[in-house]
Amino acid sequence: MSGAATDPILSVRDLRVDFHQEGVAQRAVDGVSFDIHRGETVALVGESGSGKSVSALSILKLLPYPAASHPSGQILFKGRDLLSASEKDLRAVRGNDITMIFQEPMTSLNPLHSVERQLAEILAMHQGIRQSAARPQIIELLDQVGIRDPASRLNAYPHELSGGQRQRVMIAMSLANRPELLIADEPTTALDVTVQAQILELLADLKKTHGMAMLFITHDLGIVRKFADRVCVMTGGKIVETGKTAEIFNNPQHAYTRHLLAAEPKGDPLAAEGAARTVMQAEDVKVWFPIRKGFLRKTVDHVKAVDGVSLELRAGRTLGVVGESGSGKTTLGLALMRLIRSQGSIRFEGEPIDSRSFAEMRPLRHRMQVVFQDPFGSLSPRMSIAEIVGEGLRIHASDLTAKQRDERVAEALEEVGLDASTRWRYPHEFSGGQRQRVAIARAIVLKPRFLMLDEPTSALDMSVQAQVVDLLRELQDKHDLAYLFISHDLKVVRALAHEVMVMRLGQIVEEGPADKIFDRPETDYTKALMAAAFDLEAVPGDAVSD
Amino acid sequence: MAAGLQTADEQVVAQRPKGWLSPTNKRRWANFKANRRGYWSLWIFAVLFILSLGAEFIANDRPIIASYKGEILMPVFVDYPEEKFGGFLAHTNYRDPFIRDEIEANGWMVWPPVRYSYLTANSYIPHSAPTAPFWTMSRAEYCGGYPQGEDDPECMLGNLNWLGTDDSARDVLARMIYGFRISVLFGLALTLFSALIGVTAGAIQGYFGGWTDLLLQRFIEIWSAMPVLYVLLIIAAILPPGFWVLLGIMLLFSWTAFVGVVRAEFLRARNFEYVNAARALGVGNGTIMFRHLLPNAMVATLTFLPFILSGSITTLTSLDFLGFGLPPGSPSLGEMIAQGKRNLQAPWLGLTAFFTISIMLSLLIFIGEATRDAFDPRKTFR
Repeated sequence: MSGAATDPILSVRDLRVDFHQEGVAQRAVDGVSFDIHRGETVALVGESGSGKSVSALSILKLLPYPAASHPSGQILFKGRDLLSASEKDLRAVRGNDITMIFQEPMTSLNPLHSVERQLAEILAMHQGIRQSAARPQIIELLDQVGIRDPASRLNAYPHELSGGQRQRVMIAMSLANRPELLIADEPTTALDVTVQAQILELLADLKKTHGMAMLFITHDLGIVRKFADRVCVMTGGKIVETGKTAEIFNNPQHAYTRHLLAAEPKGDPLAAEGAARTVMQAEDVKVWFPIRKGFLRKTVDHVKAVDGVSLELRAGRTLGVVGESGSGKTTLGLALMRLIRSQGSIRFEGEPIDSRSFAEMRPLRHRMQVVFQDPFGSLSPRMSIAEIVGEGLRIHASDLTAKQRDERVAEALEEVGLDASTRWRYPHEFSGGQRQRVAIARAIVLKPRFLMLDEPTSALDMSVQAQVVDLLRELQDKHDLAYLFISHDLKVVRALAHEVMVMRLGQIVEEGPADKIFDRPETDYTKALMAAAFDLEAVPGDAVSD
Repeated sequence: MAAGLQTADEQVVAQRPKGWLSPTNKRRWANFKANRRGYWSLWIFAVLFILSLGAEFIANDRPIIASYKGEILMPVFVDYPEEKFGGFLAHTNYRDPFIRDEIEANGWMVWPPVRYSYLTANSYIPHSAPTAPFWTMSRAEYCGGYPQGEDDPECMLGNLNWLGTDDSARDVLARMIYGFRISVLFGLALTLFSALIGVTAGAIQGYFGGWTDLLLQRFIEIWSAMPVLYVLLIIAAILPPGFWVLLGIMLLFSWTAFVGVVRAEFLRARNFEYVNAARALGVGNGTIMFRHLLPNAMVATLTFLPFILSGSITTLTSLDFLGFGLPPGSPSLGEMIAQGKRNLQAPWLGLTAFFTISIMLSLLIFIGEATRDAFDPRKTFR
């Protein structure tokens, strides 16, 4: 595929990027060089903070200058240096010869412009086509990126589109001027697995038909293995290994590459022996949000976020709840925790809790705890780790002296694998994985029986995910914890769950022992989910959303 | 951790932040200092304010310390009856030549640099009050009021009126110092109390939302639509004027300024994940508001404070000017302006008040600007 004889379309030479803050320069990218040839897909792989996105943004000079600077380097696009090009020349290249798609399609599109206007702007800017004349071309573009019935979507605004459709519009915008190079910065990270598979397939198709080169930035090795021709592995601002995809995956040379490849969450859930006691039992749980209309705010309909779900959770076992975003997984968890109103009976350790008020729930809270998805958002930035972990103890074990409380906090921190002497630091001094450990420590310091884990690994790097999964398994073994594990990431669910429940639109599509669900899924929806998650295959038809 | 490899994730930030300021606050302080004008204003204002807090030691009609018949007296703090020195009044008038000679014959006394308090009238003015600053006249002129004229030992710096006298022959410099102090103290007290009430109200509105928010918000809209100045005039005419009464009346209306920003911050932050996490821990509403949400709102509030402070001072001054402010005789800048208006032939009255107020307000505004810079997160990159 790559033509060694031809000149590369883009050639990055010894690129360095510094960020200056309060007079201190911090090097984000340190001497990176790579080439991209016509029609080739190069993947830049690394964990967060490795400098992969910064390298990509430097190509179009999209960094926050003058806070960022390039002490050295050349970026040759068809032999012309972009780093030293004038702003005017760069504008002619951006969105025309080289285009870019970003991770979050909601914020990359202007929320006040319709789809037609967003696309027309690009066409008008680089090709001088007026809006009235551009319409057939816009419809064709939307059709190419797989938007169904494009003519009717022209006046839609970004919020009226689903995440996948938004990303398709972004791709249409980047294709409008037939670019020679497409830079995709984590284009599928914010999307559901099924949608991710569709978008990847679309990108691969488009690359083939248009003959573009593609620079693909991602942390997901599964995507790299399937789509990239060549891989550059980055860490600490440097490229540590470059090579053909197959070579890198089969015969990794550098220790870091091997570490990355070994980092996938794996292992099996703990062996479940005998009949454990029931911790949580729910029957026909419903969370309906009323839709009110008219002057008297009469309830005309309901949004059925959770619609008649029954489940049983035993001590020492994990129930994995999987499904696409909007399927009601988190809402179900919050309802079981009695953090939102619901109907239907919920029993916790044999005690009915569905009729308890929020205040009456307080004495039970130490036995049921929750770990949220975002380790950056779930820790109060103005409290030290000791205060965060100790807060629950103040309420539920108020007879402890300050010293005893401190001992319990230190114990919990050691248990989640953190150095207890760091407990007077603030959350911002810790990395994502460490913060998630703090969030877990906050939950287990109260010695709960039931732990709701709401996507606890989604915001973390792959190798950190594996560590957190190991930690969770260890804690479950030690304390006989019951987990409600909510995730869209089936790999992680497989490593932890004894039983799996597949949800869609608030209802259970399929449930059963984990082995059966993963190995012999019965419904089309579950099959599509598995194909998308493990093989990155999009399933044709209407089984999944778009 | 895999095979001795340190991933970026496992590196703990090595050093613990030094000093008592958190890194964020250090950056804010650096931003504050970077605004040179605001930084210097803060120092000047702090020095002036601290000096004015000790106004009794700078301008007073009593000695700071005195020795009388072997006894050390502190007339600044203790009100000695005149009997002690052979007089007959309930309060000793140390400026009286008889008492003065009596004490000096039996000991000594140390006077503050200005020998007038805000209420002391100068009984030796050269002509009818108001009199001009002494340095605009010749020695023969400004000592003309003393019994021995130019040769009178009492015609010395401490007894001269640096900024002239007002129409009751009171020393303008002394009144300015005391007036500055009371203005700033009033402003600070009003700002503090309105912040307390406003932040509480905003916090309750933002945190609970729904009907609580709706009702309070409508109430505030109606409340703040009242013509404040007229209501103040009416109430001030009914209640006896005084520092605390005025403070109370103005507090009725000034607290609403804080509600908007605090409410917005609470509305935004109440759905943060760490607030949800605290709820899941069973933390009570009060604690969540105080420990988790209030720090967010404090940035907006602190940015607001200097401007509210200068606003409070202006309001007090204007009420004093109109005669509805502090009780008669109080050292007040507003009253000084009113005198200046009545005595256009004595420009030192109006000019002193004008320069005091404008310098004080400018300093506060500059400090406010620097505070705003300090809390501006976008100032990180410069």
